[in-house]
Amino acid sequence: MPTITINNLEVRADAGMTILEAARAHNFKIPTLCHYPDLDIKSDCRICVVELIGQKGLVTACSTPVYEGMAVKINSPRALNARKAITEMILANHDAECTACVRNMNCELQRLAESTGIVKNRFESILEVKPVDKSNPSLVRNSNRCIKCGRCIDACKTIQGIGVLDIAGRGHDSDVTTAFGKALADVFCTYCGQCSAVCPVGAIMEKDSTDVVWEAIDHPDKHVIVQVAPAIRVSLGEELGLALGSIVTGKIVAALKMLGFSKVFDTNFTADLTIIEEGHELINRMKNGGKLPLITSCCPGWVRYAEHQYPDLLDNLSTCKSPQQMFGALAKTYYAQRENLNPKDIFVVSIMPCTAKKYEASRPEMSYNGQDPDVDAVLTTRELAKMIKQMGIEFENLREQKFDKPDEVTTGAAAIFGATGGVMEAALRSVKEILDERPLEQLEFDRVRGYEGIREAEVTIKGETVKVAVAHTLSQAKKIADDIRLGTSPYAFIEVMACPGGCVGGGGQPYGTTHEKSRERIQTIYQVDRLMKVRKSHDNAAVANLYSNYLGEPSGKLAHTLLHTKYTPR
Amino acid sequence: MELTAVLQAYPKEQTYLLEILLKYQASKPTHHLEEDELTAIADHLGLPASHVFSVVSFYSFFSMTPRGRYILQFCRDVPCHISDTFSVRETLETLLGIKTGETTEDGVFTLEYSSCLGACDLAPVLRVNDTLYHHLTVDKIKAILAEIRSGSDA
Repeated sequence: MPTITINNLEVRADAGMTILEAARAHNFKIPTLCHYPDLDIKSDCRICVVELIGQKGLVTACSTPVYEGMAVKINSPRALNARKAITEMILANHDAECTACVRNMNCELQRLAESTGIVKNRFESILEVKPVDKSNPSLVRNSNRCIKCGRCIDACKTIQGIGVLDIAGRGHDSDVTTAFGKALADVFCTYCGQCSAVCPVGAIMEKDSTDVVWEAIDHPDKHVIVQVAPAIRVSLGEELGLALGSIVTGKIVAALKMLGFSKVFDTNFTADLTIIEEGHELINRMKNGGKLPLITSCCPGWVRYAEHQYPDLLDNLSTCKSPQQMFGALAKTYYAQRENLNPKDIFVVSIMPCTAKKYEASRPEMSYNGQDPDVDAVLTTRELAKMIKQMGIEFENLREQKFDKPDEVTTGAAAIFGATGGVMEAALRSVKEILDERPLEQLEFDRVRGYEGIREAEVTIKGETVKVAVAHTLSQAKKIADDIRLGTSPYAFIEVMACPGGCVGGGGQPYGTTHEKSRERIQTIYQVDRLMKVRKSHDNAAVANLYSNYLGEPSGKLAHTLLHTKYTPR
Repeated sequence: MELTAVLQAYPKEQTYLLEILLKYQASKPTHHLEEDELTAIADHLGLPASHVFSVVSFYSFFSMTPRGRYILQFCRDVPCHISDTFSVRETLETLLGIKTGETTEDGVFTLEYSSCLGACDLAPVLRVNDTLYHHLTVDKIKAILAEIRSGSDA
């Protein structure tokens, strides 16, 4: 354990730590910009420079390892001046119209400028304004705000294994861009939004849907209803000042009612429905020699990835729509009939932890009449937080409210959809119990829980061993898909989620999401599950009622029309 | 030379990207690389197309627009800049009748910037295809152009 000196204080550090890590361990804050906990160390931005005693030049704290006897000065005038000058140079090549930016008051560069004490930039702007890419339904890329930190490049390349973005050009002319500068819609982007979640500024962000939602709420003839995805209730609180891992389900319902939504429903209801449909699909495929492995299709980032990269495996994808789209389809048909409403007057909003869900809702096949979308607008966790702040709601103080019926009845199985392995576990709870024809002895399937990139389990169902696997992030999904292509995959059923940790780590979740935070949220999700009275999807009485009153048989004709879909090689 | 022939001449490893790009560009009379060719190279090596684009846009010896038979690249880094008492760029632009980044109508000359050519002690320098000319003066530049023009292939 090396002893080092930070400013004038002698402290112990762990061998192998960087100056930044050692300083943070002792509550010294060194500002950073390109550094992000789960990504590679780049030392691109030079903001974290510190003075190393005995060395002429300044060194980057993020990439310099500590050694015995090292002495650094974090806040020497030289280090402070350098940081200030670097920030000014970054600002000189940045569209700094902060009040017009979605990241205003929530921007790492803005905070840095404030902390370095910049009142007026000594450098003139050299910004060459480039067009903003709004080519797709999910993400907007504004390179005028890009500070070339490279986090988005890393997220796409390292976490997802895709590499949509890279640096092009050199020196002052360099730019973060797609291959040949194409629009995101014209390259192989899955819209997962991991780039937008790590961007320190407003250079990549979700396409804003808050305006259309405000308009719909204000429209006298629109019946505006909203569904809330499982992963929101364990993350929204963080964005609104509550502790990490707070369960805010009831407060979300209260806040949404205050925002003006007519009805607030729980996507967990259609998550249970997904399990019934997907479970029956699995049972049918296993019984009748259908295409295996069956792969989950709840994740639109994964679906788009498969359509691009594995068009030959599209028959392996479950034909089930995602819970979001099942909700949308039912809202414009079943719910419209029940409430005696014209489906054209119903405006369906989703709160999702995801940017790809915006794309999913815009897919032409996701329409009850071939024309109007089933889901009219998708808001990310961040956008909902923004609306709550715009409305001036004191979220912390809200009294908890319950979801509107019938969705009031939900299960623990649906709650765990938000965690990697959750859909698998929910499906196993139902499929095993239905096929075994006796109550489950153990509800928890620990082998599919956890955070490893790929986890596998063997489950005995009706005396037979069934192998299943769970993968999160697309770089891990690729390994699984390659094995299927080669014919060496031993699994019958596979869950894939595009984002690290599953939806809890989704591209639409609060800024600053890390593996550590996602793990925390997953623990909270399992806690939600434990607290539920009903923990198996097929025990959801409201879902059973829906089948008997409207849908008919699981996997039946109407269920297929409304709740299943098809895929297109791209 | 066909792209497939170039690809087959090297091991299918990502570290050969630069060599493949250089070899293939040199084999083309237009000395440039096109989008579909770069995408094919990326697919062949299992690299994202954005990475190959990144490499091509970084090095000044690659171009994505067709170029003339002789590519004149003058260095714009600091030592060449401060040794340049007469403006290499203006001299070349005037003599060739084109702007930097353009190609003469007869397709003989392309004029480009280059990043450091590694010959700072000989500044200012000019690279013409694979030949380096140094200690440039206006007369020297005139002589270089005349020499090329009088050459049998120009």
